[in-house]
Amino acid sequence: MGEKKRIELDYSKIESDRMRLNVGPQHPSTHGVLRLEVELDGEIVTEVVPHIGYLHRCFEKHAEKMTYPQVIPYIDRMDYVTSMNNELPYVMAIEKMLGIEVPEKVQYIRVIMCELNRIASHQIAVATFGLDAGAFTPFLYFFRDREYILAIFEKASGARLLFNYFWIGGLAADVHPTFKEDVLAIVKQVRKTNKEIEDLLIYNKIFIERTANVGILPPDVAINYACSGPVLRGSGVKFDLRKNEPYSIYDRFDFDIPVGMGEVGTVGDCWDRNIVRMREMEQSCRIIEQAIEQMPNEGDVQEKLPKKIKPPKGDIYMRAENPKGDLGFYIVSNGTDKPERVKARGTSFVNLSVLPEISKGYMFADLILILGSIDIVLGEVDR
Amino acid sequence: MLEYIKNVWLGFWTVIVGMKITFTHLFEKKVTVQYPDDRYPIPPNARNKLHLEPTLCNGCTSCARICPVNCIKVETLRVVPDDPEQPMIADGTKRKLWVPVYDIDFAKCCFCGLCTTVCPTFAIKHTVEFEYSTYSRDDLYVRFSDMSPEKVAEKKKMLEEFQAKEKAAKAEAARKAAEEKSKAEAQAKAESSPVTESKESN
Amino acid sequence: METTNFVYNLIPNETIAIIVISVIPLIFLIVYALLAILGELKISAWIQERLGPMRTGPWGILQPIAEVVKLIQKEDLTPDSANKPLFNLAPYIIFMGAYASFAVIPFSRYFVPSGINIGLFYIFAVGSIAVIGIVMGGWASNNKYSLLGAMRSVAQIISYEIPGAMAILSVAVLASSLDLEKINIAQEGGIWNWFIFGGQGSWSKIWVFPFTLVLSLIYLVASLAETNRTPFDIPEGESELVAGYHTEYSGMKFAMFFFAEYANMFVVAAVLTITFFGGWNSPFGNFMQGPGWDVFWFISKAFFFVILQIWLRWTLPRLRVDQLMYVGWKVLLPFSFICFLFISLFKMIN
Ligand code: SF4
Ligand code: SF4
Repeated sequence: MGEKKRIELDYSKIESDRMRLNVGPQHPSTHGVLRLEVELDGEIVTEVVPHIGYLHRCFEKHAEKMTYPQVIPYIDRMDYVTSMNNELPYVMAIEKMLGIEVPEKVQYIRVIMCELNRIASHQIAVATFGLDAGAFTPFLYFFRDREYILAIFEKASGARLLFNYFWIGGLAADVHPTFKEDVLAIVKQVRKTNKEIEDLLIYNKIFIERTANVGILPPDVAINYACSGPVLRGSGVKFDLRKNEPYSIYDRFDFDIPVGMGEVGTVGDCWDRNIVRMREMEQSCRIIEQAIEQMPNEGDVQEKLPKKIKPPKGDIYMRAENPKGDLGFYIVSNGTDKPERVKARGTSFVNLSVLPEISKGYMFADLILILGSIDIVLGEVDR
Repeated sequence: MLEYIKNVWLGFWTVIVGMKITFTHLFEKKVTVQYPDDRYPIPPNARNKLHLEPTLCNGCTSCARICPVNCIKVETLRVVPDDPEQPMIADGTKRKLWVPVYDIDFAKCCFCGLCTTVCPTFAIKHTVEFEYSTYSRDDLYVRFSDMSPEKVAEKKKMLEEFQAKEKAAKAEAARKAAEEKSKAEAQAKAESSPVTESKESN
Repeated sequence: METTNFVYNLIPNETIAIIVISVIPLIFLIVYALLAILGELKISAWIQERLGPMRTGPWGILQPIAEVVKLIQKEDLTPDSANKPLFNLAPYIIFMGAYASFAVIPFSRYFVPSGINIGLFYIFAVGSIAVIGIVMGGWASNNKYSLLGAMRSVAQIISYEIPGAMAILSVAVLASSLDLEKINIAQEGGIWNWFIFGGQGSWSKIWVFPFTLVLSLIYLVASLAETNRTPFDIPEGESELVAGYHTEYSGMKFAMFFFAEYANMFVVAAVLTITFFGGWNSPFGNFMQGPGWDVFWFISKAFFFVILQIWLRWTLPRLRVDQLMYVGWKVLLPFSFICFLFISLFKMIN
């Protein structure tokens, strides 16, 4: 069908009344309590101002009053759909400060959990993106699968969403005995569903028409706005911390970094950002399979640690690849058992900042899709 | 033109493909769990409502200190040595502290599980129970202590008496010590007085 | 009045007979709407591997009744700054538009509420009334989302009505009539004589089959747009417009919108049945043909298309408003023109 061009309006020539519309904080498609102040000219968006802070919980201030292990439950609640991935940079930072090396088995379990959580998070992202486009059925197929993944998390950690599973120096508990089989079964299921969703949604002509050439984010803009994760890779920038700055044991696995190639539209459009997520799920499956194969069966899951964790004076910045992008923690220690400062670089927060830039000149219905393709979680935006 | 025909055909064909997929799902096994009748299996290590075994708790307050949201309130009373009950903790050791107050505010609890890991006697544990919603937030404030108010009062009195006794004994001891000390000091003073005097005169 | 309507034969008093005739479709509509809502709930659930409503009655079959009762009980809110007369009138106008179409729908050769000879034209004319209701409701709500929904609906209407009318017109050419009864009668004699296969005639009519097939698809797509269902539920567009033109409605008035949507679904399915799929005629020639069977065939065929609409809804994403117009003007319209030309040519030659 027709080429979708960004509509540039010359307001010196056109006299028109513009409408200011408040989208949210209670709106079906703002993915939480986000308020977008939108200026519309008919259906065309001329200005977007995101208003955030409805979910602010003072995470960083709270963290200053907590001991190091007590911060972890708060970190879980930042980006509540990818808790495992949130915990990883934090515990790695503290471990590095303390100078401890975690056991081999722990490393593997952490990677498997993170990748499973990455799949779960991308499933939500693609599902809600489809929902924004009006397709309800793929949403539920994804949620069905996500349920199986959460069941594994529940068996291992006892919680379904907010795990508190990665601890400083190890894990809260060992995995259950049937862990490997369960995970492999999930991987199979994920692949099957993804194949189906590709036919049902991703390569559906209507969906392509809706998302291709919409919300184009050029690579230079993405880099200038410090976007990361699928938002950056959708613009064709091959940057993934797991490959570029391997942490934990990611250098042991063989996987690719999918980037947006503009197959159906322009590089960096909504469809590209979405397909990057779909393909990353497949890569995560590959990592999981390799990790399961290499994972030692025996071993301790918790290093011996002093009762009070007191990292030496100093500071550290540790980052890791969250499903949504690059999540970092800057931790200042003053030598006591409480951190002096914990600063989080929120992925969603940074990615959201690019929304006003890329949604001008598109239609109102596109704005919702662009927001969906950025995949934010308000828990992390507001912290 | 070719592009146009291709697009129209794709638009038609992908719809058919989608319909085929949804059609096959019509007859697939359904995943719904009919909740109150059928239940989703909850693993035994699930972190749901907390339960405290008062006979096991030794009142060390580790759990209250580790809790990130401060939802545990523990108050303790010392067990006097000559307590007629000679209380024991269920794991066989001697009880050193009574726990007259042990409250958990489930409205605040975030089910992080930290309290259960620090407890030395495994007195506090997560259960698999998750259906405890109430109409009032106050009902979520659960008091776990098994001590009756009378017993608490009795133990308090006992402790007070004991403390008074102890205090008296201490005061006695302190007085004695002070006496001794002053005596010793006086002696020392007497011995060292010439020196100080000489210092003063200087 | 010269008619084949059996009610006139049963009831001698004409006034009472007219009242009875106008009430019968309403009763049918209520029963049908309940069934269709249940169908929507259950089919969507099964497609998504859920069970759907299970608690109200065995297998949840009483769910639609429960929903109607719920909607009736709800507080009927009128926003303070709404234009009250228009706001309150809109749902009834929409429903009226849908219900008026039933006047000419031939359920059986012995029951056509009103056998006027321009039935096809009439259905198209009253079908557009619904848009007036949508605009009224959307504008009077004094809500920006509703207004956007209403505006989209206006932009949408012409785009789909013209190709839809074009598709229907070619059937009128084939049948040489706008009278729905005549169109039905022209398709008598088994599945082979339906207009999707070119109506009655010799083997040479096989040439029109591709064109009638395309036209029936065009009408199906246009009818989806007319009933505001996915992939063309743009005036409602729940992911961006919350609920579109009926955002501010609640209780009974909302139920009216809901009811009208289902009624409209049936109307377009009925038109599709009558024009391309033989209307009340049995697919097996004279086998299972008769006044009683007429009703059965007609309703089951129409219901099939209703289910098709439901199925499509739970499969497809939604188009954007400019894309709908693109589809209407640049895809459906040229194709319907071409097919219309060929069919006219065929009719001329024969
Ligand atoms: S589970 Fe966590 S929040 Fe709840 S009482 Fe225990 S330590 Fe506190
Ligand atoms: S429950 Fe355990 S940790 Fe808490 S006071 Fe009792 S013994 Fe100590």
